[in-house]
Amino acid sequence: MTLSPVPDRGGPAQPLLLLSGLKKHFPIRGGLFGATVATVRAVDGVTFAVRKGETLGIVGESGCGKSTTARLLMRLMEPDAGRMIFDGEGVGQDAQTGGITLKEYRRQVQMVFQDSYASLNPRLPIEESIAFAPKVHGIAPAEARARAHELLAAVGLAPATFARRYPHELSGGQRQRVNIARALALQPRLILLDEPVSALDKSVEAQVLNLLVDLKEKFGLTYVFISHDLNVVQYISDRVLVMYLGQVVEQGPVEAIYDRPAHPYTRALLASRPSMDPGARRTEPPLTGDPPNPINPPSGCRFRTRCPFAEAVCAEREPVASDLGGGHEAACHMAEPGSGHSQAGRLAA
Amino acid sequence: MSEVLEKPTTQTAVAKPLVMLRDLSVRFVSRDATMHAVNGVDLDLAAGEVLCILGESGSGKSVTLRALMKLLPRTARVTGRIEVAGRDVQAMNERELQDFRGSDVAMIFQEPMTALDPVFTIGQQIAETVVRHEGVTRAAGMARALELLELVQIPSAKRRLAAYPHELSGGLRQRAMIAVALACRPKLLLADEPTTALDATVQIQVLLLLRKLQEQLGMGVIFVTHDLGVAGEIADRVAVMYAGRVVEEGPVAAMMRAPLHPYPRGLLGATVHGGMRGQRLTTIPGAPPSLETLPTACSFAPRCAEAEPACLAGVPAPRSPVPGRSARCIRVAESGV
Repeated sequence: MTLSPVPDRGGPAQPLLLLSGLKKHFPIRGGLFGATVATVRAVDGVTFAVRKGETLGIVGESGCGKSTTARLLMRLMEPDAGRMIFDGEGVGQDAQTGGITLKEYRRQVQMVFQDSYASLNPRLPIEESIAFAPKVHGIAPAEARARAHELLAAVGLAPATFARRYPHELSGGQRQRVNIARALALQPRLILLDEPVSALDKSVEAQVLNLLVDLKEKFGLTYVFISHDLNVVQYISDRVLVMYLGQVVEQGPVEAIYDRPAHPYTRALLASRPSMDPGARRTEPPLTGDPPNPINPPSGCRFRTRCPFAEAVCAEREPVASDLGGGHEAACHMAEPGSGHSQAGRLAA
Repeated sequence: MSEVLEKPTTQTAVAKPLVMLRDLSVRFVSRDATMHAVNGVDLDLAAGEVLCILGESGSGKSVTLRALMKLLPRTARVTGRIEVAGRDVQAMNERELQDFRGSDVAMIFQEPMTALDPVFTIGQQIAETVVRHEGVTRAAGMARALELLELVQIPSAKRRLAAYPHELSGGLRQRAMIAVALACRPKLLLADEPTTALDATVQIQVLLLLRKLQEQLGMGVIFVTHDLGVAGEIADRVAVMYAGRVVEEGPVAAMMRAPLHPYPRGLLGATVHGGMRGQRLTTIPGAPPSLETLPTACSFAPRCAEAEPACLAGVPAPRSPVPGRSARCIRVAESGV
C-alpha cells in the first residue's frame, strides 16, 4: 500500500477549509466546590475560510486566540460551538452523513510548531520520526523510510548525513526542516505553521522561509501561517487575518491590509513595527497599555478601551464585519454605514 | 517628573569613557570541552550614550554584557580589562561588587518573571534596593518606589506598589523591572533583550520609554538584541558580534544604510521587511562556527561570498575607513593609507 495524494473534490472555487462561528471558552474553577468562577473566552465566534493554494497569515498579540484557533483547526481540542468544513465535508462526522473522519482529516492537515526540539521525539533518529506517521497509516517500514529520505532531501538535509541523527545533534534551523519534512510525510493538503521561524536566527529564518515557498509550489500546498512578526506575514501571505481578544477584527488581501488598514487596531499594530531607519524615530507609541485580559473582555467592541476613536456606540453594540470591497472586511463601527458612530461609513467601499 | 531622579547637570567634561573593554575574552571550561565565547572584544561607551550589541544566538553578546557586571558563573575564565566608571571590575571583591551593582550599574532582562521575586510586592522590592544602597528609612524607600513607578509610566502607581509580580501584565512587569533597575540612579544600564518577549504594541512602548528615561537620566546604556529594528529605534552606535568578536562598529544610521562587513550586510539582506513580497530572500549559507576551538582566521570566511585565501591567513584586525566606523574585514579600505 502506498499513500497517494488526496484528490481535490470541490474544485478550485470551494474553500479548502471553512471555519464558522468557532468558539472555545475555558472555565476557571475556584472556591470550595470547584465552581466555575470565570470564563476565558479564548476564541469567541471566529469565522474564516482558507482558499485552495493560498497562504493565509494570522496575526495578533498574545491572548488574541491565535494559538487556540490553531489547536481547534487541528482538532487538538474540541470547539464549544461552530462548524468546520474541509473541502465540502464536515470534519469529524462519519461517511454516512457526508463528512470525513478525524483520522482522515488529520492526514490531510498537518502542523509545524514553534519549538522545533519539543516537537520531535528525542529518542528517535529523525528518519524514524518522519516515517512514524506513514507507518501508522499502514505503509511498510522499508517504504516509509525510503520516503523519509526523499523528504529529507526535499527540505535540504542530505539523507546520507542526517537520516540517523538524533534531534539534539541538529541546529534549530535543521530541526525545523525535519519538522517540515515530517509534516509532509502524509502528503497533506493543508499545513498549519504556528510561529515556525520565530525561534530561529535571522539568517536561518530566511533560509526556512525560502524553503517553505519552494515546498508550497512543489507539492501544491495550502498554508495557514500564524506569526507575531508582521514583516514575515507580509512576506509570505496572500491574505491576512488580524485577531484581537478572541475575534477577527479585520481580514483581506495582504496588500489591502498593509496598505489600507481599516480597523484602528490593525493600523496601530502596523505602526508599532520598529523602524530600521534611525532617522524616522517616533516619540509617541501608537497604542498605550497592554491587551486586556480575555477573562472579562470589554462590552461591545473589544478594542474600544484602547481605541482613540471610541464613542458611546462602541460600548453598546458589538461591531459586525463590514465589506470594504475585494474581500477586505473589518469589524469596526466606523466601517459600517449607519452604525451610529460619528465617522460611520467613512471607510466603506 | 521626579526631581530626585534628574541627572546632575553639573557634569565635568569627561574624557574617560564610562565603559572601557580591552581585549575581553571569556572561555567556559568544562571537563569535556572549552567554549571560546568571547574572543578579544574592545568596546568603549561614553556617558549618556546608547550602544546596541547586535548578534545572533551564540555570538557572545550576552556573555559580554554579563562580564561587565561580573555575573558570569565560576566555570568562566575571563581575561582582559573591564573598566566601568573608572573602576576595575575584575579586581573587585564580593563586597565591592555589592555596592557596585545597583548603584553604578544595573541590568534588565528578557524575562521579568525570573528577575523579580514572586513573594514580595513590587513596592517592597524597589524599597529594599533603595534602603540597602542609600541607608534611608523604609518609608523613604517606599516613597521613592512610588516615584519610580510613576517615572516608568505605570498607571495607578499607588495601587501597583502593593501588587505582586504575577498580578501585573507582561508590559507592566517589564516596566516594574526597569523601575527596580533605576532605583539607585545607575550610571550604566545593561539591557539583555528586554523587549523580545513583548507584544508588538507593547514593545514599542517599552523601547520609547527606555529612550526617554535614558535621555532624562543621562545614563549610558548597553542594549543587547538580535533585532535590527530594535537597534534602529534605540541605538546611537551599534557593535555587531559574530563568533565572539566585534566584526563591525559604528553609528547606527551609517551601519543600517551601508554596512562595511559582509556579515551585517548579509543580516540586513536576510531580514524580512516591507516591500520584499515575491522576492527571494537572500540568505547567509551555512551556520555559525562551533566555538570549541579558538578561531585563527576570519570566523565568517566559510559563509562569506567574498572570501579569498588571504581571509584564512589570520584574524583580520579592525580597519577604519572613516573616523568612528570600523570593521574586521580585509576588504575594507583603511582611511588615509
